[in-house]
Amino acid sequence: MEWIDNVIFTVILALASFLFAKNANKIRRNIFLGKEINRSDRKGERWALMAKVALGQSKMVVRPVAGFFHILIYVGFVLINIEVLEILIDGIFGTHRVFSSFLGGIYTLAINFFEILAVGVILACLVFLARRVLVKIKRFHSPEMKGWASSDAKNILYIELALMYALLLMNAVESNFDSETVGPFLISGLIAPLFNGLEQSSLHILERTFWWLHILGILAFLNYLPFSKHFHIFLSFPNVWYANLDQKGRFSNMESVTEEVKKMMDPNADPYAAPDPNAPPPERFGAKDVMDLNWVQLMNAYSCTECGRCTSECPANQTGKKLSPRKIMMDTRDRLDEVGKVIDKKGSFIDDGRSLLDDFISREELWACTTCNACVQACPIGIDPLSIIIEMRRYLVMEESAAPQELNLMMANVENNAAPWQFAQADRLNWLEEA
Amino acid sequence: MELNNAKTMAEYASAGEKPEVLFWVGCAGSFDDRAKKVTRSFVRLLNRAGVQFAVLGTEESCTGDPAKRAGNEFLFQMQAMMNIEVLNGYDVQKVVTACPHCFNTLKNEYPQLGGKYTVLHHTQFLRTLLNDGRLKVEGGEYKGKRITFHDPCYLGRANDEYEAPRALLSELESNISEMKSCKEKGLCCGAGGAQMFKEPEKGNKDVNVERTEQALETNPEIIAVGCPFCNTMITDGIKAKEKEASVKVYDVSELLDNTFKQ
Ligand code: SF4
Ligand code: SF4
Repeated sequence: MEWIDNVIFTVILALASFLFAKNANKIRRNIFLGKEINRSDRKGERWALMAKVALGQSKMVVRPVAGFFHILIYVGFVLINIEVLEILIDGIFGTHRVFSSFLGGIYTLAINFFEILAVGVILACLVFLARRVLVKIKRFHSPEMKGWASSDAKNILYIELALMYALLLMNAVESNFDSETVGPFLISGLIAPLFNGLEQSSLHILERTFWWLHILGILAFLNYLPFSKHFHIFLSFPNVWYANLDQKGRFSNMESVTEEVKKMMDPNADPYAAPDPNAPPPERFGAKDVMDLNWVQLMNAYSCTECGRCTSECPANQTGKKLSPRKIMMDTRDRLDEVGKVIDKKGSFIDDGRSLLDDFISREELWACTTCNACVQACPIGIDPLSIIIEMRRYLVMEESAAPQELNLMMANVENNAAPWQFAQADRLNWLEEA
Repeated sequence: MELNNAKTMAEYASAGEKPEVLFWVGCAGSFDDRAKKVTRSFVRLLNRAGVQFAVLGTEESCTGDPAKRAGNEFLFQMQAMMNIEVLNGYDVQKVVTACPHCFNTLKNEYPQLGGKYTVLHHTQFLRTLLNDGRLKVEGGEYKGKRITFHDPCYLGRANDEYEAPRALLSELESNISEMKSCKEKGLCCGAGGAQMFKEPEKGNKDVNVERTEQALETNPEIIAVGCPFCNTMITDGIKAKEKEASVKVYDVSELLDNTFKQ
């Protein structure tokens, strides 16, 4: 009945993979509820940017402490996953440390290396937990970080710690086997004496237990990701690849508006011409809800790690205003999730009487932005909260005429006197005479 | 040499001539009393360097920047197309402006609407004048003075220009000290995104006061700026901190211009 283990393993693996694929696919579907935008130009630059910012973590290290420990976890996580490949093969085929047979000495070297990485990951997780629980760094305790956002951040650290402990303990137990084939290894060798004196049969059961804990932990982690900010481990790379490459000061020019303005300014256009009855209904200007945003903005929302670097650089937030660019991203994702659930239930989206504007993001937040780009600059994975704020302002101004009164005055001045203040255009050169 | 002179584009055109560069004065530079001084300083520097420049005068109108940042894309594009018609009508190639908002809009948002020009911030243009030896500056009264520079968001982060204004300041042989958050991490003065024209939202402090406090931490005698709105905001911040007597706020071009005063 030896094979029973392998069958159980294979079934669990298949189920876990299926579940993950299903939930990841929902995220994909939700992202593509967004509008089309072409971000596949300048491919060379995009690959270079991804290599630098995502792979090379260049923006993470702007904050050296967090940056360093993040790199420990990131490198550890990626490389230790090579070992997971072995675990999967062992699990399916009932082998034991399948790579050791043909790698020989290199195998020991590799595992030693992984163990060092595991210690690095443990260290980093402990530091990050301390930063969240003991040190009380301000950006981890803003209003939007209450509840799930805060527990999510800690859950991930706990799971990662558990996984690394299981890995080291498994190796440590195995060092005590009579029939030892590999090891002892660098780190686990140090804790091996803990299990000294145990029966061989108990040792074997213990080793299996840690082995199962490790792989079940990984599969559980995998299935936790779609519900967590930790999904950024998949999305941060494409997120950087599709980032805006233009100067940050350049806001998109709305093409739909260009057409209308051209018509208005065309002296030959017939102002009384009947509108084309076959023309599609005019698109909404700006964004009231998530479907009005483009898919890169929606991907941004699922990529956000809630690190709060944007918010801690935001002048509005620093001076006590309600606006927080991180909250803009979290709200966008939460609303998108909500829309996704409606689709799950009803097959397609049917108006649920709610929207990103007002139900999630208030007007007060939107009008507090100085468009300074500090948030965009600060984000380690190229997220652009400002572009969402602007789309929503566009909706407020062009669809609802709901700008603050003083701004309406400013715009009326621009329209009537070609300046934001009440001065006559004829006086534009007065500074010269005053010299 | 008549230093306070400026000819309009129309005057050049009627003489059948073309200027080397168009000076886009901007609304603040045309109407705001403090910014008008900066306009005149810059004009004096241009004349000193013998630059053949023109202004649009009454043919200039708002670039549309505040409307665009407020979300009014219609009004922005109307302004943009009107301005582009004027600029293209004069076959303008090169534009310089002392306002980072005008600079950003003309440089980044006009091309797609048909307005393609080489656009420079006045600190960039002045730097080339110095580099080419057309303008010569000596530190004079600013020698050894403590100066800190406040990066305008729309010159810095928005367009990645941090060095031009600093290069000019270093000509003054002054003692430049940077604020804790400067360049990429520079804090906004609080005026951008059309905030200049409205009261701030509820909070516990005004952004300009926060930024002024950061500037004051460097214990400056002068806070240098490169934007008419920053100028207003930081000047107000200095007033709020009651430091008018000991700390002055100047545009970088004013500092250069002042070195020529006897
Ligand atoms: S652009 Fe707006 S949201 Fe972003 S940091 Fe500046 S004020 Fe805050
Ligand atoms: S938008 Fe970027 S900087 Fe802001 S919380 Fe998300 S990941 Fe962090």
